[in-house]
Amino acid sequence: MRPMRKIVIVGATSAIAEHCARLWLKNEPADLILLGRDAQRIERVAADLKVRSPASTIHILQADFMDPTAIQTTVEIIANQGPVDIALIAHGTLPAQAECQVDLGLCRDTLEINGISPVLFAECFAKHMEASNRGTIAIIGSVAGDRGRKSNYVYGAAKGLVDRYAQGLQHRLAGSAVKVSLIKPGPTQTPMTAHLRSLNVKLAPVDNVAELIVRGIEAGQDVIYAPKKWRLIMLVIKHMPSSIFNKLNI
Amino acid sequence: MTPVSSWGRLSAHPHNVISLNNPSNVRNILCNSRHPGLAHGMGRSYGDVCLNPEGTLWLTTGLDHFTAFDECTGRLVCESGVLIRDIQRLMIPRGWILPVTPGTQLITVGGAIANDVHGKNHHVLGSFGDHVKKLTLIRTDGEVIHCGPNQHPDWFAATVGGLGLTGVITQAEIQLRRVPGPWLNTETVPYSDLDEFFRLADASEAGWEHTVSWIDCLSGGRGRGLFMRGNPADIGQRPEPRDRKLTMPMAPPVSIINQLSLRPFNMAYYHLKKLRAGQKITHYEPFFYPLDNLLEWNRMYGPKGFFQYQCVLPREIGRDAVQAMLREISGAGDGSFLAVLKTFGNCPPVGMLSFPQPGVTLALDFTNHGERTFKLFAKLDAIVREAKGRIYPAKDARMPRELFETGYPRLPEFTKYRDPGISSAFSRRVMGS
Ligand SMILES: Cc1cc2nc3c(=O)[nH]c(=O)nc-3n(C[C@H](O)[C@H](O)[C@H](O)COP(=O)(O)OP(=O)(O)OC[C@H]3O[C@@H](n4cnc5c(N)ncnc54)[C@H](O)[C@@H]3O)c2cc1C
Ligand SMILES: NC(=O)c1ccc[n+]([C@@H]2O[C@H](COP(=O)([O-])OP(=O)(O)OC[C@H]3O[C@@H](n4cnc5c(N)ncnc54)[C@H](OP(=O)(O)O)[C@@H]3O)[C@@H](O)[C@H]2O)c1
Repeated sequence: MRPMRKIVIVGATSAIAEHCARLWLKNEPADLILLGRDAQRIERVAADLKVRSPASTIHILQADFMDPTAIQTTVEIIANQGPVDIALIAHGTLPAQAECQVDLGLCRDTLEINGISPVLFAECFAKHMEASNRGTIAIIGSVAGDRGRKSNYVYGAAKGLVDRYAQGLQHRLAGSAVKVSLIKPGPTQTPMTAHLRSLNVKLAPVDNVAELIVRGIEAGQDVIYAPKKWRLIMLVIKHMPSSIFNKLNI
Repeated sequence: MTPVSSWGRLSAHPHNVISLNNPSNVRNILCNSRHPGLAHGMGRSYGDVCLNPEGTLWLTTGLDHFTAFDECTGRLVCESGVLIRDIQRLMIPRGWILPVTPGTQLITVGGAIANDVHGKNHHVLGSFGDHVKKLTLIRTDGEVIHCGPNQHPDWFAATVGGLGLTGVITQAEIQLRRVPGPWLNTETVPYSDLDEFFRLADASEAGWEHTVSWIDCLSGGRGRGLFMRGNPADIGQRPEPRDRKLTMPMAPPVSIINQLSLRPFNMAYYHLKKLRAGQKITHYEPFFYPLDNLLEWNRMYGPKGFFQYQCVLPREIGRDAVQAMLREISGAGDGSFLAVLKTFGNCPPVGMLSFPQPGVTLALDFTNHGERTFKLFAKLDAIVREAKGRIYPAKDARMPRELFETGYPRLPEFTKYRDPGISSAFSRRVMGS
């Protein structure tokens, strides 16, 4: 029997990440490491996955996601236990844009947790994966990172940072066996978007989005749009002249 | 505010919808929401037990985590928003099954408890609540109650079948049952009248775990139909059917279930099935949940929605009462696509307001034709009243208050356990608050 794959999920309580984990474990047991900021919330996810896949081993780790030292130490601990096959970096928050415009503390935190923190995690994993010449880093960005819009450009700017970072990392690791996948979900039904439900925004079911992500990662795709239609939609939006774009209320 | 409909699509009133995503903040949310509120699972109830127009709905589908499972004893602990489908798909391959499930698996554990749902095996295993060993209930004043058959049994009896009115269930412990695999030995037997139905039902109760029948409600009072029965089959591995989904893309502008389409449909169905009657091996999904592959079939009743009328009638007069009801329906020509006739066993109901009681249950769908439909219901109500039967709240959107009171004699006892911060369109209609 081949050994179980080691999968690390950073931001393991994210609904999108959880559904990815459920799919991975449905296919085969894995050696799973769940990383989050709140032990109780991660325990809940771990218990659920353990019921779904009793043969998997599941460990949980807690860390401060805004602290570079904590990030580095945590990834070192993981890497010291052996090579990682997949690192999915999933955490993020979507505060109201209007609040980011008046509260600079919130504005900075939003940029940091959605942009800098995922990059620091990815950088640590990249170092170890490059050394062992194996593994996949999958980072969740967003369609919001493709073009700044008035309704969420602070969040979008952070996601854009992740986009550019992933591009660079892909360039750096192109000659190696390490893969980097950038995931760009469209609006998805998760706790993050609960407030959008009453505004009748159309949200994709989270299990469908997770399925596309898992498939994309397994296929080694560079950029995964989920649902797929967003690739085309964002292509149009990205290339729209500002004269038109700036008149849109989006 | 978000418009919310139940399965019958009779209304789409605005609700203040709040998603519950973690059991640890439910208490806080319940205390601080605008009252009255109401738990809402998959909204698979047909009428108004899961609606609270202009009020708060606590959506439970985010409480979708398993907590623990003991492979040796079959005890499952999970959150209340977990879907029956997910339990079945995960556990059946491991040799365990939910003992009781209704005709759809797209419902939550919380909804199954709050309506104390029944399945095709009521005569053997009772209702869903019979297999719940413990549950956690959170009240809008912040009180947390752990109850079960042996722990605060009064709270348990009020909450099982309690229509969400005693608090919000966040977690449940359920006793699963051993099963050899996903397959069933099934048999379809046509019957030509109600006497034959009852003979078949009596004869099948000892040897068959699952029994149900489809009845052609336009065949007049005669009551011809198809009797279906099944037992778990121990036949090892076979390829499972693919997950086929067909969706009604949108509500057609008029109901396509009308008199013209109904009679030929019923006849065709009857004769087609009669040709194929006999024994076969069937996967549990199409046998237990035949309509789940036709996602959103409820839309085909058109924009005004539809009613389901489900009652249970005591066994002694069940035959005559069913016959009388079929006559009324046949006369009105408004019969249904899904008419189900089934006997219930004698096990005592778990909950104070549980629907199943010994006897026979008849369930029919009716397109909403306004006054015309209400007139027919009044006639059916009279038969149910006379027979000392009762109507199933999970399917109801219109029963008169007095019929609810006579049908559910433990209502005064139940009322003491209600949560004052919770009410539904149903409770306001038949309980006054
Ligand atoms: C095709 C079809 C076939 C069906 N067949 C059957 C059948 O064979 N037998 C049968 O018994 N029923 C049957 N039903 C009815 C269905 O099983 C019930 O209505 C079930 O309760 C729906 O569950 P839900 O999760 O959708 O709950 P909802 O419809 O959303 O809610 C139902 C009730 O449960 C309460 N509730 C929900 N979650 C909680 C919670 N966490 N805590 C407290 N209260 C809660 C709600 O307040 C409401 O009163 C069928 C329905 C359909 C659509
Ligand atoms: N949902 C969408 O529509 C959508 C669209 C595009 C992109 N995305 C992206 O998809 C990813 C997953 O989001 P989701 O939809 O699954 O949302 P979610 O369920 O709300 O998950 C958000 C996750 O981020 C974590 N998190 C938030 N702030 C944190 C902090 N300061 N420190 C540590 N962890 C923090 C949360 O941890 P706690 O549980 O501890 O709070 C949680 O695990 C995010 O990167 C999001 O930006 C989502």
